[in-house]
Amino acid sequence: MKYQSQSVARLYFIAALGLFAGQILFGLIMGLQYVIGDFLFPAIPFNVARMVHTNLLIVWLLFGFMGAAYFLVPEECETELYSPKLAVVLFWVFLIAGALTIVGYLMVPYAALAKMTGNDLLPTMGREFLEQPLITKIGIVLVALGFLFNLGMTVLRGRKTVITSVLMIGLIGLAVMFLFSFYNPENLVRDKFYWWWVVHLWVEGVWELILGAILAFVLIKTTGVDREVIEKWLYMIIAMALITGILGTGHHYFWIGAPEYWQWLGSIFSAMEPIPFFMMTMFAFTMVRKRRRDHPNKAAVMWAMGTGVMAFLGAGVWGFLHTLAPVNYYTHGTQITASHGHLAFYGAYAMIVMCIISYAMPLIRGRVANSQKSQRTELWGFWLMSISMLLITLFLTGAGILQVWMQRYTDTPLPFMVVQDKIEIFYWLRLISGVGFMAGLGVYFWSFFIGTEEEAAKDNAQMMAMAK
Amino acid sequence: MNETFTKAMARNIFYGGSLFFILVFLGLTFHTERTLPERDHRENINEQVILGKKVWEENNCVGCHSLLGEGAYFAPELGNVYTRYGNSKEAIIGFIKSRPENGIPGRRSMPQFNLSDQELEAVAEFLKWTSEINTSNWPPNDQG
Ligand code: HEM
Ligand code: HEM
Ligand SMILES: [Fe+2]
Repeated sequence: MKYQSQSVARLYFIAALGLFAGQILFGLIMGLQYVIGDFLFPAIPFNVARMVHTNLLIVWLLFGFMGAAYFLVPEECETELYSPKLAVVLFWVFLIAGALTIVGYLMVPYAALAKMTGNDLLPTMGREFLEQPLITKIGIVLVALGFLFNLGMTVLRGRKTVITSVLMIGLIGLAVMFLFSFYNPENLVRDKFYWWWVVHLWVEGVWELILGAILAFVLIKTTGVDREVIEKWLYMIIAMALITGILGTGHHYFWIGAPEYWQWLGSIFSAMEPIPFFMMTMFAFTMVRKRRRDHPNKAAVMWAMGTGVMAFLGAGVWGFLHTLAPVNYYTHGTQITASHGHLAFYGAYAMIVMCIISYAMPLIRGRVANSQKSQRTELWGFWLMSISMLLITLFLTGAGILQVWMQRYTDTPLPFMVVQDKIEIFYWLRLISGVGFMAGLGVYFWSFFIGTEEEAAKDNAQMMAMAK
Repeated sequence: MNETFTKAMARNIFYGGSLFFILVFLGLTFHTERTLPERDHRENINEQVILGKKVWEENNCVGCHSLLGEGAYFAPELGNVYTRYGNSKEAIIGFIKSRPENGIPGRRSMPQFNLSDQELEAVAEFLKWTSEINTSNWPPNDQG
């Protein structure tokens, strides 16, 4: 760690991982409710568990992105953070607001929460992923403003690099697109149309810039490849992301009442969306192959390559699978969608956050890399989580194919609930894989507590000597 | 990547390409907004439909169901429930009203929301209006 203020990232990373564990816990609750319908009913109905699961996901990823930015921007700009104090204050504001929101979901019926928090003033609640009460949404905007101000001042004061510009464009884009969550037209079709400006233009738009910037940073640091080369790759990746992803939004406009030309536009442009993800995989592998040094943090390099591959599989391959209008006509809103959502979010965004944590945390704790033993344990966590997530994806895909077959692509369609009963075995298998995921997360957490300072120093010295 | 292709070129593709497609997207949005009234039948959005959408949102129905294919996949699609129930608002109201407080043992159950008569009527009207949106023939059949 080169600048003292980078260490505020530590708070953000710890919170991110804690909330991640909460997300998975509620994932398992839902996984059980899928097979034992009345599990925890009516104390925690499925919809409540789902809100907690998905909102925790978004919030922990945001904590991860913020931590990444606080770590990376001072180092890139070669100056201390403008105000570490502001970063700490905003951290607590965000964490407490987030925690109160989750407690609200769990303790009060949603309708009562809506009344209590003034949803009448400006109805924004009750839409997927944007369930937060108005005050939470306003809080998110305020935290984002303070965060961007803090980073912006740091960037202005220091060295300008491509990585920081791309990261800043991504983060500003994230904040700007979130403003559409305040726009909720009474006309459902228009509501849905602009809802996707938050959801799609996040994950298949501005978030890809954040992903690319973090990946580029970790690759520069761990491979020592020339900055010029890395920056050229980064520009091309994000160029392809936005060129395909913006009109690619059309893949959500097929069946919600929008005009039919979106079937052509959405299919064609979103069919090209795998390209930037493929380039990210190529990027990571090529840079590692051309490396000028062997960094002792093998685990971070593994996460960097892993996020490339898994994002390509989840977003690229599983996205392409159902993105053409004639296919999507049958798969829209089935378990196929869920399978893709899981692998894409995990591969692209959960893994990039764990990648930067893997690289940054040892440095914040005063060592170049963790001890060999700790890294081996971390890699066990990596494989357990990644393989479990692949299994979850495969089982949900199986469930989805049968669902389409029995309920949609047939002359004798069966009712939804009848089909759900028939495909129950896949939900059991998904649940078991989910337990595997939780175990992987546990192993990953454990790796943080393994190995003493001395062991790390000894292992790193040995690595450095070998590299010479 | 090869040497004649410079970083400056890559940067220009990023800024130029993004700006171009943002403008195209805004243009298409403008066009979509102009043609939507023919497909969404907004002339039928009355006070009840508006209240119904609010009831839908404030009870987080989308946390279990999908609506026009978006939402959760735990419970049936409701964009076409009006037609599935034989074009009957009464059937929809009857179903929502009759959910047991403690669920159905061993089964996925829908909560009892204790909606007022006015709210029940409104949410049914909202679902009726939704079923009349021109969705290019989606879903493929009545089962949603
Ligand atoms: C990391 C990037 C991505 C993430 C995190 C992601 C995540 C998601 C999620 C969570 C949904 C479900 C949204 C809902 O609840 O309705 C979804 C839907 C969808 N995604 Fe992605 N996605 C990504 C990239 C892609 C790409 C690159 C493609 C195309 C090649 C794609 C194609 C689709 C399609 C067609 C749907 C709609 C599914 C339906 O009709 O039900 N996605 N995505
Ligand atoms: C133990 C592991 C997990 C289990 C059992 C699980 C289970 C579930 C279930 C049952 C749903 C609701 C599907 C529905 O609406 O019917 C869901 C939604 C979702 N989960 Fe998970 N989950 C797990 C881990 C994860 C992870 C690691 C991520 C991302 C990194 C994730 C991201 C999501 C997303 C984005 C949705 C919304 C999907 C959509 O709208 O299509 N989950 N999960
Ligand atoms: Fe999308």
